[in-house]
Amino acid sequence: MEESKYVGKSVVRIDGKVKVSGAAKFIEDIDFGADLLYAAVVESKYAHAIINSIDTSKAEKYPGVVKVVTGKEFPYRFGLYMHDRYIFAQDRVRFVGEQIAAVIARTPAAAKKAAELVKVNYTELPNVLNVEDALKKDAFLLHPELGNYQHVPWFFPKPETNISHLRKVRKGDADKAFKEADFVFEDTYTVPRYAHCAIEVHGAIGLYDNSERLTVWTASQSPYTQRHLFAEALAPLGLTHKDVRVITPFVGGGFGGKAGVSMEIIGAALATTVKGRPVKVLWSRAQEFYNTYQRQGLTCRIKVGVNKDGTMIAMDNSLYWDAGAYVEYGANVVNAAGLSASGPYNIPNVKIDSYCVYTNLPPGGPYRGFGYSEFLFGLESHINEIAKKINIDPVDFRRKNAIREGDILNYGGKMNPNGLIEAIDKVAEAIEWGKKEYSDDPNKSIGKGIALFWKAPAMPPNASSSAFLKFNEDASLNIMISGMEIGQGLLTVMAQIAAEVLSIAPEKIRVETPDTDRNPYEWQTVASHVTWGCGRAVERAAIDAREQIFDLIERALGKDRSSLYLEDECVKSKKEPDFSLPLKDFIIDGIMKEDGTYRGGPIIGRGMFMPEFSSALSDPETSQGGKPNVHYTVGASAVKIEVDKQTGKMRIPKAVLAIDVGRALNPNLIKGQITGGLLQGIATVLYEDMRFSDKGKLLNASFSDYKIPTALDIPDEIVSIIIETPQPDGPSGARGMGEHTMIPAAPMIANAVEDALGIRIKSMPLTAEKIALAMIKENVK
Amino acid sequence: MNKEINFVLNGEKVNLEVAPGEILLEVLREKLGVKSPKCGCNKGDCGTCTVILNGKTVRSCLVLAIEVDNQEVVTLEGLMQSGLTPLQESFLKNNSFQCGFCAPGIILSATELLGKNSKPEKREIQEAIAGNLCRCSGYSPIIDAIIDITN
Repeated sequence: MEESKYVGKSVVRIDGKVKVSGAAKFIEDIDFGADLLYAAVVESKYAHAIINSIDTSKAEKYPGVVKVVTGKEFPYRFGLYMHDRYIFAQDRVRFVGEQIAAVIARTPAAAKKAAELVKVNYTELPNVLNVEDALKKDAFLLHPELGNYQHVPWFFPKPETNISHLRKVRKGDADKAFKEADFVFEDTYTVPRYAHCAIEVHGAIGLYDNSERLTVWTASQSPYTQRHLFAEALAPLGLTHKDVRVITPFVGGGFGGKAGVSMEIIGAALATTVKGRPVKVLWSRAQEFYNTYQRQGLTCRIKVGVNKDGTMIAMDNSLYWDAGAYVEYGANVVNAAGLSASGPYNIPNVKIDSYCVYTNLPPGGPYRGFGYSEFLFGLESHINEIAKKINIDPVDFRRKNAIREGDILNYGGKMNPNGLIEAIDKVAEAIEWGKKEYSDDPNKSIGKGIALFWKAPAMPPNASSSAFLKFNEDASLNIMISGMEIGQGLLTVMAQIAAEVLSIAPEKIRVETPDTDRNPYEWQTVASHVTWGCGRAVERAAIDAREQIFDLIERALGKDRSSLYLEDECVKSKKEPDFSLPLKDFIIDGIMKEDGTYRGGPIIGRGMFMPEFSSALSDPETSQGGKPNVHYTVGASAVKIEVDKQTGKMRIPKAVLAIDVGRALNPNLIKGQITGGLLQGIATVLYEDMRFSDKGKLLNASFSDYKIPTALDIPDEIVSIIIETPQPDGPSGARGMGEHTMIPAAPMIANAVEDALGIRIKSMPLTAEKIALAMIKENVK
Repeated sequence: MNKEINFVLNGEKVNLEVAPGEILLEVLREKLGVKSPKCGCNKGDCGTCTVILNGKTVRSCLVLAIEVDNQEVVTLEGLMQSGLTPLQESFLKNNSFQCGFCAPGIILSATELLGKNSKPEKREIQEAIAGNLCRCSGYSPIIDAIIDITN
């Protein structure tokens, strides 16, 4: 690996000071002046109903109310990957809490009060609240118009059913291989819905000014996607992309929940109805739970054919996703998981069916892990069971079947370079695999569990990133990107990448949060792709600037271009050791010639990256033929737990996670992703899950009832192991890793519970209550 | 009916009129422009609105503005009369925070702890910040930074 000065170092976050000082501005911290209006949303009481009429007359008369807006004013369908939803419900509501109308008023209190006065007359329809009901032959259809919906070419909806997309994968001949296998093991695992729980709620402030330009401030991971969807959805009003501007200040946590467009479009649309005045829509914590994206529920029926020597030869994995009322984003979760639901294993015969199923629950969508956490719970639990049943150590079994570089992927491509075997070995060593441990307390039992993981960015093949880089007079830099700082440390890592190319310390670099008027295009900050994709764009922008500098030095001073290099903010020459020209002497003002004229001018770099080798087109019956995934990031994780046999309560003395990041651009930030992601994953096993009433109403829409971990709920020790098998097309060899740290948590804990107590729990979460009840049922003492 | 209140905010005397139902968080943010206390849940669960009232942390979303009449309130802005505190420096050095939304509240809770106990045990640190939710960090980089400063 070549010597580097800034890349690979645990530099302090460049947005550290603004955050520890409280100076960081989140959208709620921006003042919009005395004429700011506030909107409150009228929500559906029912999970499924026809809207017969909406009476807004009382609300309109309420003091302070400026306007009441209903779906009639915005009869346009929109969506990210499939146009299946509206800004406000039209003739039908499909989940409890769905927005039907909005009241705009001079104060939040007036808006809220008046919203309660809007009378909606409904006729209830049959509720379809789970996948089983939705798939019945005579199931009530949520979207009778499904066949007419516009969608991306890699979706395959089944009109006249509730299946909005079916991803089918066929590799080899699974049916034949099952007949030949020594053993076949089949089981079903279930995963409920989860909430992101970023501590900052969603919000949007829209201003449609008197010159008819629309500016929307949002808490978002996807400013450009939002601009595009706002412009597309509101095009009938005469808006074009250049007239729409999205500004995203710091975001208080995303985790996928602030990707795409959810409630923000309400702010954009309402602004167009009160020209000249800004209008704010801010979700309450409860709305944050029931009307943004939720992590989809999953029922996974998995069958594996294995030979006596422990070789897996066939897998049949059927994934049924409870995708909710609208799937414009969530269907791509179903798609991505379907392509990869074999896990990081080399299995020659694979059959996967991944069903995206409409239900009358809130819309499913992206959540850190993008479907992989969900299917890995079943897969890695099942694999552990198989290993035990055929008397092979679960670690040996995984090592034997682990995918290696060059192995054929489910869709036909080849697996990228990776250190999965190294990860397995290091994790096993760190958790002291094979060493049975006993608690001093006879009421407690200790168990260990392991899980492997992999994940690819799920993105359109043409998902692009771009960057502008501009110098200041003192050779400090401003870099403009539209990749979003959501806490992961993107700004810092982008600064490090540019610093390395230009030999300028990261402290001298500012990286700006997005404003679509100023910062160039980025698809979205999702899919763990921005270190990789946006990083490449920044690297190219820095190289572009460097080449301009060398051009100028050659042209103005006649130096041999091929000998020039940058060091410590100076241009130097390998041929002339005495030559050292500080960048600040010319980077804006140019270089003066003998006759007093100047050469040069402000140096501005630009860079762009699109993965031109990627394609989502493939045979719909087999998924063979395309290259939908740019690469996989892999790793292994293990845990030691101590369970109280009387209460089922669990403590985690140690958790270990090894991940192959290609190249660790900032090891400390990677460690931060590991400690944070692991806890978020552990929370989905031990504490959290969404509970709905039999009428489809979310019952635990608050932090009082949906418990996320506090500082008292963390593992005693976390061991972070970084593996570096370079990604050939990544910046300095890096690949993404932000989501991955969450996804092995659930199965590794389920496996540890099995190790400790001999009980296999096949449904998440594994709460103390569930474990205690299972112990009673299985008569475990 | 509005009521006039007087209190000390970050060392400065403040005088303003508030309605009886107005909450402290709202008054600090909307009427006085002090933005470091954030609203995450509006019911005392998340701790992002933490401020120090007469030396003790409180959830400002659960305090009525009229309750602070003649009292003393400190927000993160008030800790930095001479730049970042050593505790903030330690959080900075440890890259403790990711999105940073919970940072003001956690810094105030940790400041209160260290004011009472300059050598807290790990468990005491965990308890002191248990009322402040953070979804990004997994807490250990925050706890480590607090331990760092006590050494």
